[in-house]
Amino acid sequence: MSNGNLEIRAISGHTGGTPGGGEYRQPDGSTHAGASRDYDVCKLIDTTTCIGCKACEVACVEWNGYEFRETTFDNTYQTMPETAWNFWNLIKFNEHQRADGTIQWLMRKDQCMHCEEPGCLIACPADGAIVQYTNGIVDFNQANCIGCQYCVTGCPFNIPKFNEATKKVYKCTLCSDRVGAGLEPACIKSCPTGCLHFGSKEDMKFEAAKRVKQLHDNGHADAGIYNPGDPDERTSADGIKSTSPGSIGGTHVIYVLNDAKHPENYGGLPPAPSVPFFVKMWKGPLKWLGGIGLVAGVFGVFMHYIRFGPKEVDKVEEVKR
Amino acid sequence: MGLSRREFFKVGTGSAAALLLGFDARPVLAQAKELKIARTTETRSTCPYCSVSCGVIIHTLGDKAKNVTTQVVHVEGDPDHPINRGTLCPKGASLFQEIKNERRLMRPQVRRPGSTQWEDISWDKAIDEIARHVKKTRDETFVDTDANGKTVNRCEGIAFNGGCTDTNEFNYLIVKTMRSLGVCYMENQARV
Repeated sequence: MSNGNLEIRAISGHTGGTPGGGEYRQPDGSTHAGASRDYDVCKLIDTTTCIGCKACEVACVEWNGYEFRETTFDNTYQTMPETAWNFWNLIKFNEHQRADGTIQWLMRKDQCMHCEEPGCLIACPADGAIVQYTNGIVDFNQANCIGCQYCVTGCPFNIPKFNEATKKVYKCTLCSDRVGAGLEPACIKSCPTGCLHFGSKEDMKFEAAKRVKQLHDNGHADAGIYNPGDPDERTSADGIKSTSPGSIGGTHVIYVLNDAKHPENYGGLPPAPSVPFFVKMWKGPLKWLGGIGLVAGVFGVFMHYIRFGPKEVDKVEEVKR
Repeated sequence: MGLSRREFFKVGTGSAAALLLGFDARPVLAQAKELKIARTTETRSTCPYCSVSCGVIIHTLGDKAKNVTTQVVHVEGDPDHPINRGTLCPKGASLFQEIKNERRLMRPQVRRPGSTQWEDISWDKAIDEIARHVKKTRDETFVDTDANGKTVNRCEGIAFNGGCTDTNEFNYLIVKTMRSLGVCYMENQARV
């Protein structure tokens, strides 16, 4: 079994390079020389052809070996309100009323977006709990998870979910075990309408653009690609530059939306997802400031010793005691 | 576990050397999760639910040696099957649950006329009773000749419905059996 596609690009908790390797991607987006990025995998979800059959939901639970959990009924076909620690893939059903009074029934497969600049990984303080492979997959390693849930704060899509029983956080792995062996993720394989595609990021962007053009030609003027922050201007229709602060730099799960100008209609897809400011501050400047403060403190104590010498107990005070 | 002083130094220096020389953690982490179907036997089958008859692959763990009880670990779509080409619907995607499920029916059961309860029955007794019912129904409803006096030899009291997973061989035998009984009402779920 080849693990060629699963070399680590970034790993949580480390300030330096990847242990034993130099392919660490800094939180600010710069990469060390020699970073291998020749084959980025990507999942393309064409929401315009999704029929909401939920085969991907079942395939996901089956492959990952979780028990089928209790579902909730809230007057829609949606299985439950949000994804759960053992339910990583959820079709969100949304009824959206257009300005002219007509109803759109929008379905969107909700799961981890596998960001290029993952907020969860930036926020994670545990060594090796979150790993970004060179092919773009962001994976959690529960063995190293300390259950602090900072990744939940760092995620702009509300994806990582905490399990109270094991005190660990879980999320979609993009079937890193399958992809590492050359297979496609379980959800992709099951999809009967073919609205899910899997391949290299370049190919998926091409496929998405082709589909969007087809939709435009058929009179769906607002159709577009959801791939926020991607450096490729053609596919980041939202206009968010990849250099803007907190940008997630594109995702390894991209959508074709019928109404790309209003992604929030698709069950709360953020129009401009970004890693929260405090997470960036805390893991960036504040970390450095803290380090400088620590060194300055030790230096100050040393200088105090040089200037004033060791502390001498006052004779008068000693008598008082 | 007792650790002697000598062993402690051995392990200690070994680890230190590995750290100094740059122990590569990547392969270790990359293999954190193993592909659960990497060493399985693949058996092709047909989804039993609807008449579309999607092809599935049943992944079984264990090399089927004499003393080994194999275990089904996963079921997914068959990419080589012309109907579904690897895809499955939510019901088909849950086929593993049909194989390994504590609520699965493992023996024949019968619900007597008027009863609300299912009761266990042995295969021998079940086949015996079915044969008796077939004989009785056939004898009661057999039509030798129609209104015009033509010989028809029909058994109108019995109908047969096949399933989508029935094989060619099974269907051949069933048609022969039913025709020999004079059954005309024959249908298959795969045509619904």
